[in-house]
Amino acid sequence: MAKNNNNNIFKASWTYDEAPESIDHIQIKEQYDLYIDGKFTKPIKGKYFDTINPSNGEKIANIAEASSEDVDKAVKAARKAFKGWAALSGKERGKYIFRIARLIQERAREFAVIESLDGGKPIRESRDIDIPLAANHFFYYAGWADKLEYAFPNRDPKPLGVVGQIIPWNFPLLMAAWKLAPALATGNTVVLKPAETTSLTALKLAEIIHESGIPKGVVNIVTGAGETGASIVNHSDVNKIAFTGSTGVGKYIQKATAGTNKKLTLELGGKGANIIFEDASIDQAVEGIVNAIFFNQGHVCCAGSRLFIQESVADLVIEKLKRRMETLIVGNPLDKNTDIGAINSKKQLKTIENYIKIGINEGGEIYQPECKFPTQGNWCAPTLFLNVSQSHRIVQEEIFGPVLAVQTFRTIDEVIEKANNTPYGLSAGVWTEKGSKIFHLTQKLNAGVIWGNTFNKFDATSPFGGYKESGFGREGGLHGLKPYVKFE
Amino acid sequence: MSRLDINKTYKLYIGGKFPRTESGRYYTINNSDGSLIANMCLASRKDFRNAVVVARKAQNAWANASALNKGQILYRIAEILEGRKEQFITELIVQGETKKAAQKEVEAAIDRLVYYAGWSDKYPQFFSAVNPVSSSHFNFSTLEPVGVVSIITPEEQSLLGLVSVIAPAIVGGNTVVVLASESKPLTAISFAEVLNSSDVPGGVVNILTGNKTELISHMASHMDVNAIVYCGKDENALKEISELASNNVKRTIFYKKSDWENNLCESPYFIEKTQEVKTTWHPTEI
Repeated sequence: MAKNNNNNIFKASWTYDEAPESIDHIQIKEQYDLYIDGKFTKPIKGKYFDTINPSNGEKIANIAEASSEDVDKAVKAARKAFKGWAALSGKERGKYIFRIARLIQERAREFAVIESLDGGKPIRESRDIDIPLAANHFFYYAGWADKLEYAFPNRDPKPLGVVGQIIPWNFPLLMAAWKLAPALATGNTVVLKPAETTSLTALKLAEIIHESGIPKGVVNIVTGAGETGASIVNHSDVNKIAFTGSTGVGKYIQKATAGTNKKLTLELGGKGANIIFEDASIDQAVEGIVNAIFFNQGHVCCAGSRLFIQESVADLVIEKLKRRMETLIVGNPLDKNTDIGAINSKKQLKTIENYIKIGINEGGEIYQPECKFPTQGNWCAPTLFLNVSQSHRIVQEEIFGPVLAVQTFRTIDEVIEKANNTPYGLSAGVWTEKGSKIFHLTQKLNAGVIWGNTFNKFDATSPFGGYKESGFGREGGLHGLKPYVKFE
Repeated sequence: MSRLDINKTYKLYIGGKFPRTESGRYYTINNSDGSLIANMCLASRKDFRNAVVVARKAQNAWANASALNKGQILYRIAEILEGRKEQFITELIVQGETKKAAQKEVEAAIDRLVYYAGWSDKYPQFFSAVNPVSSSHFNFSTLEPVGVVSIITPEEQSLLGLVSVIAPAIVGGNTVVVLASESKPLTAISFAEVLNSSDVPGGVVNILTGNKTELISHMASHMDVNAIVYCGKDENALKEISELASNNVKRTIFYKKSDWENNLCESPYFIEKTQEVKTTWHPTEI
C-alpha cells in the first residue's frame, strides 16, 4: 500500500515506554450462560461460541448461543415479570436503577479492562468514556422513574410491555445502558442481545443486575449472532424492538415488524460531515478531525468520516493532519498510550480493507502513516483519501473504520449541499470562529446531532439519534423516554 | 325559475395550481339515486411524483418562514374557510351528511385551524430542551420538520379529518402530498381553493383525488418522502405501508381514529409526530 514518509521526522522525535493497564484484578469465567428469569441458564441446545481478543486472536471465553427456544423462554420470563414491575411505584423502580449505576461505578476499572480486552478499544477510551457514561446513563434515567408525568404534560404515560433490544459491538456496555436504563425507568421489561463479538461486558452487567436485587425476569440477557436477534424481532409477544446497528439490518427489521403492532426505534448508520472553514482555529480543528474519525478505530456510527475543508486552507489543514497522524499510536488496547486499538473482528477488518481497495481503484489518493503493528490481531492504520468526490463509494457508504474521505469546498451553500447529499443524517461537525456561521450551519445540516467546534461528545442528558436513513427515535435526555411509553 | 346550475370541475391541486391528472383518467361520484355529482380526477403515480417534486422544492422556504408567519397563514386559512362556510356545508350535504352534522364538521375544522395556528410559535418551546451535560458545553435540542410527508386522509369526516392531519404537519414546517377521501373528495378540492387564497405558498400542500389501493404503495415507497401518515384501519394497508416505508427508513404515523371531532384529536403531540429532534453542542470553555 502507498506510504508517505515525508513526516517521519515527527514520529522519530520521541518514543513512549509501554504503559499497560493491569489485568490482574478482573474476573472472567471460562464459560458464560444466558441470563433468563433471574438465573444464569445453559442454552437449551447446548451450543457455545468463542469470544476472541481482537488484539491477539486468542480466545477469552465460551459464550452461550441462544436459540429461538431460549429467546422464547426469555420473552416469557419478561412477560411474567412485566405486570409486577410496571405496577411497582416509580420511586422503587428508580432505586433499583440507581443501584445498578452505583455497582457499575464500583467495578468501573474491571469493566473498562474487559471492554478493551473483548472489543479492542483503547483503555483510555473505555476507562474515561464508555464505562463512566454507562453508569451516568443509569443514574440519569433512575431519577426519571418517579417523574414521568412531568415528561409528558397532559398525557398519562404507560409502559409498552416486553421490549426486545439489540445492540452493536462498538460501545458494548454503553449501548446496553442506553437501551436498558430508559426502558426500565418507564416500567418495561427487557430481553437484550449484545453483539456476538462483544458479549462479555453485557454478561458482567447481568451479574450486577442480579446483585441489584431487581425482580427476576425484568432484565434478560441472551447472547448470540444474527439469528438470535431475528428470533427476538419475530417473537409474537414482544411489544417493541429497539435496535442499534447497520442501516441494512435496520431496514430488514422495519420490514419484518410491518403489520405487527410492535413499536420500533432504530439507531443506524451514518456518514457524518465534518466541515472546516478558513476562519476556524486550525489546530483545534485538526484535533477535532482526528477525534471525529479515529475515535474508537472509527467504529462509530456518528463518526466524522467525510471531511470538507475550505479550499483556501486545504493544503495547510491536510499537512497538519498528516503530521498529527504520524504521532498516533496504533497498538495494544490495554496500553494507556494507545490512540487506536484493534479492529473489532477479522470480518470488520476485511470490510475496511475492501473499502480501502475500492478507494484506490476509484482513483483516490491514499495516505497512511507508517505504523508498527503487533504481530497478532486485527489492525488498520489511520487512513486518508484525498482527491475523492461525492460519487465515490468511500464518500457515500459507511466504512465503520479509521478511513477519512477528504473533499474541499469554496462557498457555504456548496458545502451545505454536499454535506446533506447522503441518505444518512446522524451527525455533523462545523469548525469556525464566527458565531453566526456556526448557527447558520447547525440549522441547515440535516442531522440529529451537530457538533460546533467539537466532535464525538456524548452525555446521558443529551438526546442522540438520526434523520433519514440513520434511523428514528432518540436515546438520552428527556426525549429518550418517549420511545418506551404509550399514551392511552 | 328554471336556471341551469353551473357545475364545478374538480381538479387536482399541485404546486399552487389546479391541473387535471396527467393520466386523463377519472372516476365518478354519484348521488344515492345514481345520478352524477362530479367526475373526479383519478390521480396517477406520475401525478404523485410531480407533487413530491414541488413539495420538496417548497419545503426549505416554508420551514424557514418565521413561526409567527406560519401561524398567521394558518389563521388566514381559517378566516377564508369561515367566509365560505355555507359552500362547505352544502358540499358535505351533497356527500351525504345531515345539515346539522355538516355544520358541526365545518365549524370544527375552522376551529382546529385556529388551534394549530396558535401552536406555531409555542410548540418549539414545549418540546425543546437545554440539556445539562457534565462537560463544558452548551447543549440544546430543538425540533425540525421531518421534510416531505405523504398523507392518506380519513375516509369519513372528509373535511375535518383532512384538516386535522394537514394542519399539524404544515404548522411544523413540513410540506405535504395528500390523498383525499376517495368516496367523499369534493370538500378536499374546495379546501385547496381556500388554501390557494390564504397566502399558503404553492407546493406546501398538494392534494390528489384517486384510488387508495393504487396510490398507497407509491406514497409509501417514494424515496424522497420522509414520513407517511395513514388514517384508517385496513390491516393490509398498514402492513404494506410499513414494509415499503423501510426502503428509506420512512417514519410511519398511523391514526386509527373514527371520530376526529373529539378534543383528543388536537394536541401539540400531533405536531411532534412529523418532527425530528436535533441536538447541538458547542464548547463553553475559552
